[in-house]
Amino acid sequence: MKTLMLGNEAVARGLYEAGCSFVSSYPGTPSTEITECVAKYEEVYAEWAPNEKVALEAAFGASLRGVRSFCAMKHVGLNVAADPLFTISYTGVNAGLIIGVADDAGMHSSQNEQDSRHYAKAAKIPMLEPSDSAEGLAFAKLAYELSEQFDTAVLIKMCTRVSHSQSVVETGERVVSEQKKYEKNPAKYIMMPAYAKKKHPMVEERTKALTAWAETAEINRVEPGQKNDYGIITSSTCYQYVKEALGDTYPVLKLGMIWPMPEQKIRDFAKSVSKLVVVEELDGFIEAHCRNLGLLVSGKDLFSGIGELSQNVVQEKLGQAVKAGETLSEEIPARPPVMCAGCPHRSLFYVLKKLNLTVLGDIGCYTLGAVAPLNAIDTTVCMGASVSGLHGFVKAGDEESAGKTVAVIGDSTFIHSGVTGLINIAYNESNSTVIILDNSITGMTGHQQNPTTGYNLKGDPCTKIDLESLCHAVGIKRVRVVDPYDMETCQAVIKEELAVKEPSVVISRRPCALLKYVKHPGPICSDPEKCKGCKACMSIGCPAISMVDGKAVIDETLCVGCGVCEQLCKFGALSAEGGR
Amino acid sequence: METKNIMIVGVGGQGTLLASKLLGRLLLTKGFDVKVSEVHGMSQRGGSVVTYVRWGDRVCSPIIDKGQADCILSFELLEAARYTEFLKPGGRIIVNSQQINPMPVIAGAAVYPENLVEKLSALDVRVDAFDALSLAEKAGSSKAVNLVLMGRLAKHFDFTDEEWMDAIEKSVPPKFLEMNKKAFEFGQNA
Repeated sequence: MKTLMLGNEAVARGLYEAGCSFVSSYPGTPSTEITECVAKYEEVYAEWAPNEKVALEAAFGASLRGVRSFCAMKHVGLNVAADPLFTISYTGVNAGLIIGVADDAGMHSSQNEQDSRHYAKAAKIPMLEPSDSAEGLAFAKLAYELSEQFDTAVLIKMCTRVSHSQSVVETGERVVSEQKKYEKNPAKYIMMPAYAKKKHPMVEERTKALTAWAETAEINRVEPGQKNDYGIITSSTCYQYVKEALGDTYPVLKLGMIWPMPEQKIRDFAKSVSKLVVVEELDGFIEAHCRNLGLLVSGKDLFSGIGELSQNVVQEKLGQAVKAGETLSEEIPARPPVMCAGCPHRSLFYVLKKLNLTVLGDIGCYTLGAVAPLNAIDTTVCMGASVSGLHGFVKAGDEESAGKTVAVIGDSTFIHSGVTGLINIAYNESNSTVIILDNSITGMTGHQQNPTTGYNLKGDPCTKIDLESLCHAVGIKRVRVVDPYDMETCQAVIKEELAVKEPSVVISRRPCALLKYVKHPGPICSDPEKCKGCKACMSIGCPAISMVDGKAVIDETLCVGCGVCEQLCKFGALSAEGGR
Repeated sequence: METKNIMIVGVGGQGTLLASKLLGRLLLTKGFDVKVSEVHGMSQRGGSVVTYVRWGDRVCSPIIDKGQADCILSFELLEAARYTEFLKPGGRIIVNSQQINPMPVIAGAAVYPENLVEKLSALDVRVDAFDALSLAEKAGSSKAVNLVLMGRLAKHFDFTDEEWMDAIEKSVPPKFLEMNKKAFEFGQNA
């Protein structure tokens, strides 16, 4: 049956049809829906792991035991999973193992723009790169065949435009092959030097065998063109831009496997055209391969390595006329993302700003605390960096700076990588104050469950990790819990914990305002008679409050009635009375 | 046929995704090749959001580039103004005249431009501006703005009412079906 599917959903369908039975992932835009969609198939066991390293190791364990397994992550997640990745390259697999990784050129929802293709080359693991949903489905099935044929994990590389575009797929039936036997095999699975030294040459041989496969593989295909002034090598969403911009004007070598790449096929293609051009996003990965083959090639001299490409960019850089519509002459104000009305992070950041603290931040919705008018965050690097960074910051500074510095980290991020930093704080005794923003969900990626929520990926109740006990267990004696809506108490507790000369954790606990089970009291009422136009309520950056003719006005379609603005108004102009 | 392009733009949380999914699904049943490109993640948090719906004999790129859109369906006035350069000459803007202030305007760092409908109409585009929010509220919820706009858009397609209703049934939860159908009809008749 023909149906429209997101690229991520299509990969999930491909996994299902190929008989995948075990999935372990950590959510991250734009990879998240692969795991969410595959979890909907009853036949597939699927889970959220605490982080990507755990997910990959769990998927490897399942492969070892004999079932086809999978794990997904965003590009930066592959950094976390890189440790097992490089050695799983040596062990190979038992049943097929696929690792899905989704890049985010253009940084729609990421902290950097890294190109994950380098990992395939560095770890010597083959990587397939679908260009639409139909290929997402087909490549997932092919990846299992390659994985088992060549005894290797296989990477499937997605990108925002392939992951989050719906296109037409035809679905098939699920076929489950017989579970493979697990057999003890130290030389294959124990990577200590004696065995690993024997394995490395086998990995190099495997890459040669895969290169030979790439020479004739159907997924690396030449599409003929009318003129041979240019010959274009491309893959992924860039292939679609090229076809959109140029149709069949020039021949195209479309690579479905991006590592290892064919050699003879590329040489032959280069010979057949006047000028070889590589169209790829981010780094010149294919281009570098062509140069290694001694070919004259154009690529990053034409196409930027920053951000996304598009059909217009392809046309423009290959000398064709580009259309553009009209714009208004006046400036259109930007509309950046903001913390939602009722977000429990807002009031906490207001308190941190009021106390004039240095705030080491982390990855999640709360990164939005960095923007005006709160401007409450000093750093954002990677998952967990707030906690570990705070330790270094405090150790390197004096007592006074320790009393003016905190880390903020979400519940899911804390479990992912924050807890190891907290162990360092306890073990090496820094006078650090860590604030866990516990909104009872993984917020930014779209409400995924995590070990602190008490529910698993399939929505069933499960063991709930108790954050207070966890903090106590790693050696933090002072653990306080506050409600971020109660700003007075928050401020008092944070001041107390900053003042004490030992590590402490403050858990700021209130569920995300967007969670369906959260009941809101209804909008706040503004009284224009009482409003003096002092704009104190504007200092929290709530999208539901604006000033109209010098008076505060509440947008009732947005306001959930959190009451934070009410606490800021000295004149009683904002109140729950009458509005509820 | 030449590929057709509609951009659906608005403010994160307004329901643009549902509108693009509904339209994509309907176009597929009519035998077209279809691509719908969405935005997830951070930009959804009250930011400017854009989805692309493309259909034809063979659709390659998932995105619509500048100068290519046949129509912009905008859930908010400023967002229509933001994307005009994506329209073809003579392209169509269907816009909910509701104004939602972005944070820089709320914070006083920028000004929401005045008389945007008039300014848009002065360009080489056809502008259809109307108050979709009031119609949605009349249908039962401000959240039904997306179906009001779909109803308005439906005037430019030659699909039957049955085909639209079928697509709506497959896209919205049963609990809200009647309200959404009503919102669609209000948009159609507006």
